[in-house]
Amino acid sequence: MTGTRAAKRLRHLYPGLLLAPSVATLFLWMIAPLVMTLWFSLERYNLLSPGKRTFAGLENYRYLLANRALWVAMGNTLLLVGWVLAITLVFGTLFTVLLDRDFPGRNLCRLLVIAPFFVMPTVSALVWKNMLMNPVFGLCAWITRSLGLGTVEFFSHLPLFAIALIVAWEWTPFAVLILLPALQSLNPELKEAARLDGAGPVALFYHLELPHLLRPLAVVAMIEMIFLLSLFAEIYVTTGGGPGLASTNLAYLIFRDALLGWDVGRASAGGVLAILLANIVSLFLMRVVGRNLEESR
Amino acid sequence: MRNTWQARWGLTIAGWTVALLMFFPILWMFVTSFKTEITAVATPPALVFRPTLGNYAAVLERADYLAFAKNSLVVSLGSTLLALLLGVPAAYSMAFFPTRATRGILLWMLSTKMLPAVGVLVPIYLLWRDLGLLDTVFGLVLIDSISVLPIVVWMLFSFFREVPAVILEASRMDGATPTEELTHVLLPLSTPGIASTALLSIILCWNEAFWSLNLTTVKAATLTAFTASFASPEGLFWAKLSAASTLSIAPILIFGWISQRQMARGLSFGAVK
Repeated sequence: MTGTRAAKRLRHLYPGLLLAPSVATLFLWMIAPLVMTLWFSLERYNLLSPGKRTFAGLENYRYLLANRALWVAMGNTLLLVGWVLAITLVFGTLFTVLLDRDFPGRNLCRLLVIAPFFVMPTVSALVWKNMLMNPVFGLCAWITRSLGLGTVEFFSHLPLFAIALIVAWEWTPFAVLILLPALQSLNPELKEAARLDGAGPVALFYHLELPHLLRPLAVVAMIEMIFLLSLFAEIYVTTGGGPGLASTNLAYLIFRDALLGWDVGRASAGGVLAILLANIVSLFLMRVVGRNLEESR
Repeated sequence: MRNTWQARWGLTIAGWTVALLMFFPILWMFVTSFKTEITAVATPPALVFRPTLGNYAAVLERADYLAFAKNSLVVSLGSTLLALLLGVPAAYSMAFFPTRATRGILLWMLSTKMLPAVGVLVPIYLLWRDLGLLDTVFGLVLIDSISVLPIVVWMLFSFFREVPAVILEASRMDGATPTEELTHVLLPLSTPGIASTALLSIILCWNEAFWSLNLTTVKAATLTAFTASFASPEGLFWAKLSAASTLSIAPILIFGWISQRQMARGLSFGAVK
């Protein structure tokens, strides 16, 4: 009798036991570095002079907030996110609507359009920087010169915009990847009915397809934001944050303080600010996804 | 009738223009990988040239290229395996034994993805240094598996929920323990779902750049870090860069094409079916 009761209790605990390792790992992953970052951010702590580690209070924050670099980096972070979001959402939607239509070879076209998303960021940034955007030998320069327009020096004159272009090229396919299945789930009878009622392609898009895509568009925007807020590799291999601070975002600033300046305290304070920024964004995402989860029940 | 015929032509041209423009950088890189270094920088761009495999030979001859490729392979397979080992039981538990906390736990798992990597770069770097994990494959496997774990759990959860609970209940009636239920009934039924989850995880780990750039230098550096080393070039290098890049992205591109639908689902956290 006791045997079966023990077995029953074990069975009761079993789901929890299966869940525990994942929850514990993620909890540890979230809490330990977070506490350490917070702690370091309150310290005077430079790896180049490890003996002089003292409590600093809010000194690091005061230094950062009073420093122009932080505000430039914050501005660049938001500009990058804003530009990339605008380009990817607009073109992602247009491409999706186009690729949803029936034409010869559209399946192949779909594969070609989503391909850039699978290219590793260091490769796409280098290919764009050298073979396409190089002011002397690059293809863009050759095209603009042939048209008599002169050359655009992307990385010295428009560094942030050049990076935004590269990143938008990587993430527009992501938008298509998510939006296309969403659009295909639109009831075809609905479209047919609208067409019979005399709706042209523009009216169809505006009154039927776009409203249907709003929810997935919100999801795309939020997910992109998570990744774009800590954009790093593309800046690392193209401009190195320069010229000056022109293309330094928050992620790159922290990297510079931490692994180039070895200033643990200041980099940690920057990290805390980055986390705060991301949290504001994530609040919105959680609401959207949470609603989806409820509806799918 | 003429109108629709014209519309169809317009559509076809528009569709193919968009597709070729988007794919062009990859195509151009592929073409360049067969040029010599001199023709690679020619202006106007050389469209007709004698293709050479010399760049591939040069890249593969460098012993370190294969070492980097091996690291990428080990890191992405190892992280995926670890994430599945942790994620499969968790997703099974939440899909078939849901409690009031399940929804909260799922959302909380997703929220750990919101923690920007740069925010915790400093403590992780110092921890890894003190634990001797800097520039080790194991250290990178550890961090990559944790960072894909939420996505893996979410994706498995949505696949598992499609398996009718009746089947599992039937096996339970026949006296199967939960472990047997998981390994003998659920896993065989959801092999395609698990396979596409694994594929997505491999793709994400293969392309992961932030941690491999910051936590590795030579020994454990992956292909993302290797290609980044072309950022400070010596002499002409476009053709070799193209060859190395083509080799680095080809397998992942094919994986991505195979699993695009499932990826949409995994990456949108269930918002797209």
